Amino acid sequence: MNSGDGASHLVGTVRVKRGLADMLRGGVIMDVVTPEQAKIAEDAGAVAVMALERVPADIRRDGGVARMSDPAMIEGIQAAVTIPVMAKARIGHFGEAQVLESLDVDYIDESEVLTPADEAHHIDKWAFTVPFVCGATNLGEALRRISEGACMIRSKGEAGTGNIVEAVRHLRSITGDIRKITQADAAELFDWAKQLQSPLGLVQEIAETGRLPVPLFCAGGIATPADASLVMQLGAEAVFVGSGIFKSEDPGPRAEAIVEATTHYRDPSVVAKVSRGLGSAMPGLEMEGLDTKLAERGW
Amino acid sequence: MPARKSATASDSQPLIGVVALQGAAAEHVAAFRRAGARAVEVRVPADLDGVDAVALPGGESTTMSHLLRTSGLFDALSERLAGGMPAFGTCAGMILLAVDVLDGRPDQRCFGAIDISVRRNAFGRQVASFEAELTADGLDEPFKAVFIRAPWVERAGDSVEVLAEITPASNSSTDGVPSSVPVLCRSGPILVSSFHPELTADDRIHQIFLDMVGASMAR
Repeated sequence: MNSGDGASHLVGTVRVKRGLADMLRGGVIMDVVTPEQAKIAEDAGAVAVMALERVPADIRRDGGVARMSDPAMIEGIQAAVTIPVMAKARIGHFGEAQVLESLDVDYIDESEVLTPADEAHHIDKWAFTVPFVCGATNLGEALRRISEGACMIRSKGEAGTGNIVEAVRHLRSITGDIRKITQADAAELFDWAKQLQSPLGLVQEIAETGRLPVPLFCAGGIATPADASLVMQLGAEAVFVGSGIFKSEDPGPRAEAIVEATTHYRDPSVVAKVSRGLGSAMPGLEMEGLDTKLAERGW
Repeated sequence: MPARKSATASDSQPLIGVVALQGAAAEHVAAFRRAGARAVEVRVPADLDGVDAVALPGGESTTMSHLLRTSGLFDALSERLAGGMPAFGTCAGMILLAVDVLDGRPDQRCFGAIDISVRRNAFGRQVASFEAELTADGLDEPFKAVFIRAPWVERAGDSVEVLAEITPASNSSTDGVPSSVPVLCRSGPILVSSFHPELTADDRIHQIFLDMVGASMAR
């Protein structure tokens, strides 16, 4: 028997970065603002937590510039739980991303929920050892983020609304175009790449595999167990729940119910069972009434 | 009638149940099918009917532990494991098959199917996740092993055969880092790995397990 040599460990490879996203599949990633909430999330079966100062519903309400969270707050959450801890950086703000990487967060979300720092450029994510997740409203946006080094894509939805309609629109747009590309012939793939403003190689890869090169998760508006079941059936591989848990009447049981519904999403009797007596979901918002659509941030 | 090509597995081949509560279950199903076995996903106790062996995939062990309890699978699997059913656990799956877990949650339940103590996230957080060439007993060529927030085996009982070890990088999270730690172990019908053979196209570790399943079924 031989031992591997500690010096020959390769860190930050694409396989290692996408690998953590693979391990989170079928799970629920929950937004938390305190170590106590992080513990409630872990107790309920969350696969990871997103550490941030305000959930999207509050960011939306408060207005102003939303930035990366206080490192002390992120460290407090890292100390409270054993599951992966993610944190958000502003779009294009590689300075914030460098700080988050130095804190050893497990994933960075380059997120439209925060105020963008750069109106033309996203972060060059290949330059980091820590993996990134990015939002997308359509396949072209997803592939541009992947070409910049994102190792997980989440459909954006409309964060902080408790309204699933935008998440459904974005998921259907991404998975619908993937299905169409698998039917396209070789000549048509060039046009797909042009229409999507995406690298041809990634379009050709999708034509071959019928799926994104990285895991596709869903975010933005999930508030109930049935919402989780819906988006999983529409092709999401895991769900992010932001305001939906800790803006509801009774967060612990709701968190647990959404975890159960995400695992057993094909079994309506389980979704029904866990949906009973959860109290009120977070208050929802109609799209027409919004001053700011967060999903429109990012390019 | 044209003869069916036997690229697909026939009924005489073992049926592997891949526990699919959370994590990288689909990759295990694909790997077992490539290696010539049949494989199904297991989410509830009834899914274990007809299954000859199980695989517990990578994922979050705290989440799986929670879902094993709520789905009723914990008791159903415990009973089958006690009856000698072969099991293969990777990363979180290794933690679940161990006797005890260090740095886990106090309420985390394990099957105790293999006499090892496992330290969770022992190699560190995600920025320390790595790939390495691993030499293992029973494999002629090195295996490209992918370690993601991986656990290691801190104690292996006398009944446990250590098939591969690795030297942790010096920046691992634990003080007093050992010079080498077991990362692939076997005991009776149980096989466990710290790393994720399901994430690479190399199915040799799955083949080792299928050989163990074959031996167990022949008895």
